[in-house]
Amino acid sequence: MAEPFLELRNIHKHFSGVHALNDVSLSIRPGEIHCLAGENGSGKSTLIKVIAGVYPPDSGTIEINGKSFAKLTPIESLEQGIQVIYQDFSLFRNLTVAENLALNSQLREGRKLVNWKQVRRIAREALDRLGIDIDLSAELDSLPVSGKQLVAIAKALMFDARMIIMDEPTTALTGREVDRLFSIVRAIQCQNIAVLFVSHKMREMLEISERITIIRNGLKVAEGPTSEFNESTITTYMTGREHTCQRFTFTPPPAGTPPRLEVENLGVPGKLSGISFSLAPGEIVGVTGLLGSGRTCLALSLFGLTPKHTGRVLIDGRPVPLTSIQEAIAAGIAYVPEDRLTEGLFLSQSINRNLLAAVFERISRFLVIDKAQNDSLARSMILDLQIATPSGKNPVSSLSGGNQQRVVLGRWLLTNARLLVLNGPTVGVDVGSKAEIHAMVRALALEHGLGVVMISDDLPELVQNANRILVMHRGRLVSEIEAARTDEDALSDLLKTLA
Amino acid sequence: MAFLQRAEYIVGAVLVLAMVTIGIINPAFWQLDNIFSLLRSNVVMGIMALGVLLVLVSGGIDVSFPAFAVAGMYLTIKLMLLVGYQGVFWPFVLATGIGMVLGFVNAFFVHRFSLIPLIVTLGTASMVRGFLLGVVGTSMININIMPKQLINFATAELWSVVNPDGTHYGLTAMILIYAGLAVAMHLVLTYTMIGRSVYAMGGDAVSARRVGFNLRRTTFFVYGLAGALAGFAGMLHSSMIWLANPRDFGGLDLDVIAAVVLGGASIYGGKGSVVGTMLGVFTLVMVKNSLIIMKVETTWQRVVVGLIIILATAITAYRDRKKSV
Repeated sequence: MAEPFLELRNIHKHFSGVHALNDVSLSIRPGEIHCLAGENGSGKSTLIKVIAGVYPPDSGTIEINGKSFAKLTPIESLEQGIQVIYQDFSLFRNLTVAENLALNSQLREGRKLVNWKQVRRIAREALDRLGIDIDLSAELDSLPVSGKQLVAIAKALMFDARMIIMDEPTTALTGREVDRLFSIVRAIQCQNIAVLFVSHKMREMLEISERITIIRNGLKVAEGPTSEFNESTITTYMTGREHTCQRFTFTPPPAGTPPRLEVENLGVPGKLSGISFSLAPGEIVGVTGLLGSGRTCLALSLFGLTPKHTGRVLIDGRPVPLTSIQEAIAAGIAYVPEDRLTEGLFLSQSINRNLLAAVFERISRFLVIDKAQNDSLARSMILDLQIATPSGKNPVSSLSGGNQQRVVLGRWLLTNARLLVLNGPTVGVDVGSKAEIHAMVRALALEHGLGVVMISDDLPELVQNANRILVMHRGRLVSEIEAARTDEDALSDLLKTLA
Repeated sequence: MAFLQRAEYIVGAVLVLAMVTIGIINPAFWQLDNIFSLLRSNVVMGIMALGVLLVLVSGGIDVSFPAFAVAGMYLTIKLMLLVGYQGVFWPFVLATGIGMVLGFVNAFFVHRFSLIPLIVTLGTASMVRGFLLGVVGTSMININIMPKQLINFATAELWSVVNPDGTHYGLTAMILIYAGLAVAMHLVLTYTMIGRSVYAMGGDAVSARRVGFNLRRTTFFVYGLAGALAGFAGMLHSSMIWLANPRDFGGLDLDVIAAVVLGGASIYGGKGSVVGTMLGVFTLVMVKNSLIIMKVETTWQRVVVGLIIILATAITAYRDRKKSV
């Protein structure tokens, strides 16, 4: 077994009373792909910053290449060949690809003048090392996220890197881009460079890494070869709870019930055509497709944002015009864009205010809020949803995570929403909150009869929570699958044939 | 259509369109004397615009340059009259130096206290103007006492035409100074590390510091050079119109910023080019000039300038948003 490149032993780190890292050890060999997993706030970022020399540990030793450091500075970390690619990439969006790549070496040489030929040569060499081709004179801002990331990786590799740390590298990538990233990570590995992959996405960890270290609340809870883990063990280690992966089961309403949503031949010039489907009360329908397949356009149409559409949309058997957001809301349609399920709370405000935030217009008379009605409405909702709190006047921040999610849920119920359109409901959300969001969406469908359209890239999420899955491609519905009769691999294969 | 992304082509197209339109409404537009007069009006505004471009690219904004231009010009000419000095070179050096020092004051506050450049430059502009009027004087220096050599210098022409009726017009040689400064600014911005540091700082100041740029030096460079260009332009202006007026350049700040933004510079920093700026200045001067020819009241010109600044900014913002989707 080769000597480890990086060896952290018994690292402790406190921040104003919080034990952010508690006796964490980590060992990475040269050329190893290692995954550091943990939920938000588990101490992942702190650990990266200790390795990068940004934070000095309170105690413990750091050994790089057999050399031990009591206090590692950022410069020393760089000199030892450690490069961190943060989520924001630290690139200049207004400069060209070439300049972004060559800027560091130009500055290092202490140049006064810019030699553009040399800039292009340095940049070309950096991209060649990764075997990728990106237009050197393109402005960085014009590249997709994946392109920016490749530039950041190429830049990190320029200075004799021995280990690259990638912080949540797949967050904004599509499935195909993730595959490409992985093949590049493997190419880096062949140059005997170690890669520390920081993530909370289990499938990706299992696919790419050789070893996994999991931390929770600053403690290392598991470590070992990837073959010893599977999705459910990782989830358990990360959250400290058992998660059941039961699929959503939908019981059709009695015959004769009009569908909650009926879309007839919906079209938007240049974007959508011939979309027809229906959705019963209490049903969760997943929609997926490659980026640009028109799935977001479908969501926007349902929310009245494409006034020039053709075709008809019926809610509970009644046609609704959907030429403005107001009409969509009046028809009982709620649209939740990415991340809003977790970001939609005013944490320092009271539970009551949060519950009523979306309906103040309705419950106020002549611009004055009716206090009594306000309180009774909120009280009944707190009872209804069993939100555990002594008083609705307490701030939302005093609630546990699960109860906070119920507040979000209650707000949607109060708007009398009958159809909930979710676009990427758990993008960038860690495993624990993800499970809570899924439970909440299911509860909305099961207990309150909402129809849910769940648009997502996350195939396991759809298979688990939807009872039907629609696949879109180039503005059309190309396939409709019973979730019970498929799995993520089959879906993923289907999407690959479309690409 | 990648070429549409380049601001210079858009401004160029707008310019051509405007020229054709104006030429149709008023055929006199295309006469040589009008073109010469337009180019002449470009000189002072263009030189100031080069400074404003620098500040905008760095992510800042400067509304103090008209005040600094007045300070450089009025103090220098007052001093020349006081000591009875004749000459051209040293007065320009002095005016440029005054502008630069005042620019350093901007840089000091912007850098040292991380203040918003708009507030700092509003403050310095007000102080400088107040100081000039209160301490140095309120009187205009007219042609009868303006230093003769300055007037002679600024009346030099590249090409003169004499009309049959004996009147004469020509292309001012000052256009060469403008062109020279523009080329120099282009070279500095494109081929020097300090120039690139201005773009880096305007793009992302945190990252710029992280990769090792000295932002203190960049800030002093940006505001110092912008002030120096203003002082120089003020002196040139006074020489060209044979008059030193301590109340000059009122409202010019918005005109110049509008021209630079029209030329594709981003009001949020990080983007802008010398070619675009020159086109923007030409377009704005031309539009204002045509409004005068068409006998539109000057008050309405303010409306037009305000409209241009909002439209130009809106278009750039719209373009940038489209790209990021």
